[in-house]
Amino acid sequence: MENKQYYLNSIDEIKTMMEKSSRFLSLSGLSGVFAGIFAIFGAVAAYIYFGKTFYYGQTREILYFANSEIRNKFLLFIFLDAATVLILALISAFYFTWRKAKKKNIQVWNFTTKRMLINLFIPLFAGGFFGLILLWHGIVGILPSVTLIFYGLALINASHYTFSDIRFLGISEIILGLITAFFIGYGLFFWMVGFGVLHILYGAIMFFKYDKN
Amino acid sequence: MNIIAKLNRLFESRYRLGIMSILMVNDWVDFLELKELLELSDGNLASHLKALEIAQYIDIRKQFVGKKPNTSYRVSDLGKIVFSEHFENLKLLIENQENSK
Repeated sequence: MENKQYYLNSIDEIKTMMEKSSRFLSLSGLSGVFAGIFAIFGAVAAYIYFGKTFYYGQTREILYFANSEIRNKFLLFIFLDAATVLILALISAFYFTWRKAKKKNIQVWNFTTKRMLINLFIPLFAGGFFGLILLWHGIVGILPSVTLIFYGLALINASHYTFSDIRFLGISEIILGLITAFFIGYGLFFWMVGFGVLHILYGAIMFFKYDKN
Repeated sequence: MNIIAKLNRLFESRYRLGIMSILMVNDWVDFLELKELLELSDGNLASHLKALEIAQYIDIRKQFVGKKPNTSYRVSDLGKIVFSEHFENLKLLIENQENSK
């Protein structure tokens, strides 16, 4: 019956417009996969650099008691390593988002993008700032746990404006962050799981769920 | 069938239906955002919005962003009720037709 088709179309139209106007749908699973791969490379690089004599339990000693030459070398390496991972992850996120938006013929930068990013960055900045304060106090051991928990909270906050899978990634990061708090000195390993393995896992799930075809 | 008679004539246009759907799940949405989402020309969008405004289904807010005038729209309380009824009626009609087969 053609009437029925008309009613069904109307309902479809309503749902599509609601979805399209309230969620950022250009996020690609591949962004997550690549961010995860870069994070693992970063962690492996740090592990190799530190070697066996230079594990995370010593960070505090190095930051506050080592001579300035060793300390500066240490800080420079950490900074370069983290910055490289971040920049590569952001480039891949932009690239795959742009590609998906182009394929789906939607605009990358509209108000759903803006809203999603604002909500992502509020807890993320709070966490980043809090992390710097901890560093300033010399409380290094708990830092990996804090970063994972705040990252998880940021993802949950942003998930209201994008795919709901991001919410579960956020919850996973928080649980991992809490576990990390028990194992001070193994931050590098947990960072690798949180920013590497979980990103790859959820990125792959999202890729096969939404992007493949 | 009397449910068909109850369907809101104003929502027969898919664009007006679209505008209402967008406003139902968002707070204030401005003209440009609506235009992008619905892929309509300025004139077309304005006339659909006018129809909804006359029916008092939407609220309008005019303000200045810098020096540019900016008009935003929000679904009114009446609009919410009317749209929800319309949505329920659509669902009922589909169910009825499935049952009558």
